[in-house]
Amino acid sequence: MSRRRGRGAWTGPLGLYVPGSSPLHRLPVWASLCGTAAFTAAVVLVPGLPAAVAGVLVASAAAAVARLPWRRVVLGLRPGLVAAAFVGLGRWWTSGAAAGVAGALDLLAVVLAGVVLAATTPADELVSVVTGATTGLRRFGVRPSSIALGVAVMLRSVPVLVQVLGESADAARARGLDRSPRALVVPAGVRTVAHARRVGEALAARGLPDD
Amino acid sequence: MIELDRAEVTVWSPDPVSGRDRTVRILGPVTLSLTERRVAVVGANGSGKSTLARLVDALVLPSAGTVRVDGLDTVRDGAAVRRRVGFLFTDPDAQVVMPTPAEDVALSLRRTTGSAAERRSAARAWLDRFGLADHADLPVHALSAGQRQLLALAAVLATEPAVLVCDEPTTLLDLRWRRVVDQLLDALEQQVVLVTHDLEAAARADRVLVVDQGQVVHDGPPGPALVRYRELMSEAPRAAGVRAP
Repeated sequence: MSRRRGRGAWTGPLGLYVPGSSPLHRLPVWASLCGTAAFTAAVVLVPGLPAAVAGVLVASAAAAVARLPWRRVVLGLRPGLVAAAFVGLGRWWTSGAAAGVAGALDLLAVVLAGVVLAATTPADELVSVVTGATTGLRRFGVRPSSIALGVAVMLRSVPVLVQVLGESADAARARGLDRSPRALVVPAGVRTVAHARRVGEALAARGLPDD
Repeated sequence: MIELDRAEVTVWSPDPVSGRDRTVRILGPVTLSLTERRVAVVGANGSGKSTLARLVDALVLPSAGTVRVDGLDTVRDGAAVRRRVGFLFTDPDAQVVMPTPAEDVALSLRRTTGSAAERRSAARAWLDRFGLADHADLPVHALSAGQRQLLALAAVLATEPAVLVCDEPTTLLDLRWRRVVDQLLDALEQQVVLVTHDLEAAARADRVLVVDQGQVVHDGPPGPALVRYRELMSEAPRAAGVRAP
């Protein structure tokens, strides 16, 4: 078992689709994508603590409008919180307390916006939009359906890879190798490659990307 | 109908002594014509039975000879063959690629069903048939292993294949889920080729192929075939040089 007592499974960034009828659920997918992109650009481009706080408030308001269950939002945010803490500490170290807090809040706002997008947009529709948006690349020999499917597979693979890492860590611990990075990284890497090969084969068996 | 005519699969592999690459035949030559509704394939690990299954779905192409499904050659018409043949893998985590069950079944329906709304509706109907309607919007990894295998089966059957190839579909499941999957497979109208270590499931087949060291060493009704398989397995530990610690 890779899960510790009392810890829920991480649901992954796009494992969070929550059916609903909120205004955000009813938005066309392209509008949701453009809105999220614009919000992310604003968060990145506008510096300062007040802007960062505003970003978190806007993203939180979007989550409230979408009527997302707070527990699933927190689960989706968990890895983002850890990353935000690291970013915040780093910037605190280099640029001071205000910059550190602002950096952490900026990242939190962007991750929260991503969670809201994922929770209000079925992945199947996301795949269709990405396919449509990349149609122009066909002239360069790129298959749009491959790109879209790649995005979906990548997102679906995140929880699988988290599980692989957890099981590899458990296996290392069981052999008394808790402190050996090699005992964690090598088996996790081998299993990840094996998983990728199996996924590729399974996609081919389903005739995907579209023949 | 599935037809193999002197089909062989070879791979490059380093020679254990010289270290140089050499050609190793991992299957064949196999000549078979499979028309029965239920065909089981049994054999030791590494015997070539999964390679045989993959030949049927054009996931592995023959190095020599031909493989045809309903007259379609797997080399020339690979995409058309895969549209006719569904494949159920051992590990549903490799097969299920979308975040939720509803989306994964909808992905299978992209080729056959027009709008996204129609796909969603059809996907829910398929999930309902497999008792997964209440789980349609849960993250896939929140499902049990048995539920994930049911989902993988639903996603394959949603494409309405004429033939279903199953590569050890119950190996990772407990007895309860094994029975559920077995019952579902038994009830299918399609021709099913089942690669399995489960001798109870093999005994229900119309025809059993016993594969050993890349060759079909027995082909016939389940009774004599499973006797042959048991004989082979009793030789296996000695042949493998395994001793009790």
